[in-house]
Amino acid sequence: MNPKLIHSAAFKLRSFPQSGIPPDKRVLCGIGWGKKTPPSVSILSKPRAKARGAEGLIVSPAPHLHKKESVSRIMWLVVLSLLPSGAAGVWIFGFKALWVIILAVAAALATEAILQFSTKRKISVLDGSAFITGLLLAYNLPPEVPFWLPVIGAVFAIAIGKQIFGGLGQNIFNPALVGRVFLMASWPKYMTTFPPTLIKNLLQGGAESYDAVTSATPLMLLKEGSVIAAKRISYLDLFLGKHGGCIGEVCILALLIGAAFLFYKGYISWHIPLTYIATVGLFTLTFGHGGLFSGDWLFHLLSGGLILGAFFMATDYVTSPLTYKGQIIFAIGCGILTAVIRLWGGYPEGVSYAILMMNAATPIIDRYTRSRVYGASKRKA
Amino acid sequence: MFSEFLKGIIRENPTFVLMLGLCPTLAVSVSVVNGIGMGIAATFVLLGSNIIIALLKNFIPDKVRIPCFIVVIATFVTIVELVMMAYSPALNRALGIYVPLIVVNCIVLGRAEAYAQKSRVIASFFDGLGMGAGFTLALILISAIREFFGAGTILGRQVINAFQPAFILGMPSGALLVIGLLLGFFNLLKNRQKT
Repeated sequence: MNPKLIHSAAFKLRSFPQSGIPPDKRVLCGIGWGKKTPPSVSILSKPRAKARGAEGLIVSPAPHLHKKESVSRIMWLVVLSLLPSGAAGVWIFGFKALWVIILAVAAALATEAILQFSTKRKISVLDGSAFITGLLLAYNLPPEVPFWLPVIGAVFAIAIGKQIFGGLGQNIFNPALVGRVFLMASWPKYMTTFPPTLIKNLLQGGAESYDAVTSATPLMLLKEGSVIAAKRISYLDLFLGKHGGCIGEVCILALLIGAAFLFYKGYISWHIPLTYIATVGLFTLTFGHGGLFSGDWLFHLLSGGLILGAFFMATDYVTSPLTYKGQIIFAIGCGILTAVIRLWGGYPEGVSYAILMMNAATPIIDRYTRSRVYGASKRKA
Repeated sequence: MFSEFLKGIIRENPTFVLMLGLCPTLAVSVSVVNGIGMGIAATFVLLGSNIIIALLKNFIPDKVRIPCFIVVIATFVTIVELVMMAYSPALNRALGIYVPLIVVNCIVLGRAEAYAQKSRVIASFFDGLGMGAGFTLALILISAIREFFGAGTILGRQVINAFQPAFILGMPSGALLVIGLLLGFFNLLKNRQKT
């Protein structure tokens, strides 16, 4: 075997060649299946190796460009792209929301550090992945939860959702969503109590309006059948976040700013988010209350956690398929499940369950959308 | 004889080592009372079926042994169910369909197949007792954790008021979580012991 080739393949894990799979995956491949079983070696010795990580890693002869990109840099830039939406959440719901965010992030970081220390692994708290988990978890919580809720959720998300599987790159499910669903199943009372927005009160004359102690999310109103009450919220209010909801999901404008930044940097591709959103739009349009093609698709796109989920959680590198083809299948699955849960399910919102279910399907999607190894004969699937 | 009894509790614990009988374990371990009830019922059936099958092992034709085992086991399950209905109807209601389902409990059939049909009566008796005790202890452990964190009670009595119980532990998914974490913990202990 040519040692130079091995070197270039290993080198390539951190570089950005033009090939079938998104470059960002490649960086994670290098981390996920790191030093113990270098995927480069197994590919070169056996072109048709079944090892995961082998797929899609196309080795071309030197020279290779090296880009100064690392997992931790990407993670911190994703954190940056999430900040506008958090700021909007704090502005809309007040400083209680900020406390929820701080507690969740701190608990996530502490859990990661303690678990890595106690299992004698390399402590990689500062790579930003635990920070993102804590942040996304907080964004998925109502703004006025008791202080222990985000803490327990973050501990569960990192410990059970991530570290039990072996840490970053090994987890099957999106850790933040694992935390959220755990809290949802354990303490549904707190998870579905939404305070009214501060802005609304300000518009109504500044004084606190005691007749509205809690306010339902638009999707909850829709679920309870009060289409008219849900319709009173204008599209602009939905877009700007002037309605009840979770901290990070209400302000679509801020989320789109963050997503645009990620697109600009090339960290996410259009395949998952746009397919996901389009599927939900098409599905909710087709199956409206008043017969076929009468659904209010724009309402469904702008309410709930769809935008947050589609851009920031379904696109998680670790738990989504590797190839573009697989990503589109993944996103269509997410979209159909979300719409089905919203229209006919027991819960008003289904984004987190949809993404988690498709996370479980990711390995099998990867298996059937594997890119063909150059030079190898076509195999039967 | 004593080692036959002990192996069922730790070294070959039916729930945590052999991974048998998980269906009733998941279903009834919501409260400690249910766990103890299920454990005792299964232990009684195990004892009875192990003794009878060890006695009859020379008369049971090899080709139809499974139906024969099932008939023996079903007899004891019927006894347990009738006794439970008569003396503890509340427990019977709580355990529901899982009492008759002891017939197909893998532990009972597994011990008949793997142990009682090849062993002497006394040894089979202790084997059944140990396996039953191991199953009961595992159920008590799981159900104590689930009841404490899922409802804040132990044996139906309020023991702590300081936190909001997590509903998820009362659900089957919570049972899977608890069993998985306990299994990981026991495997950790086992690995530590080896090294």
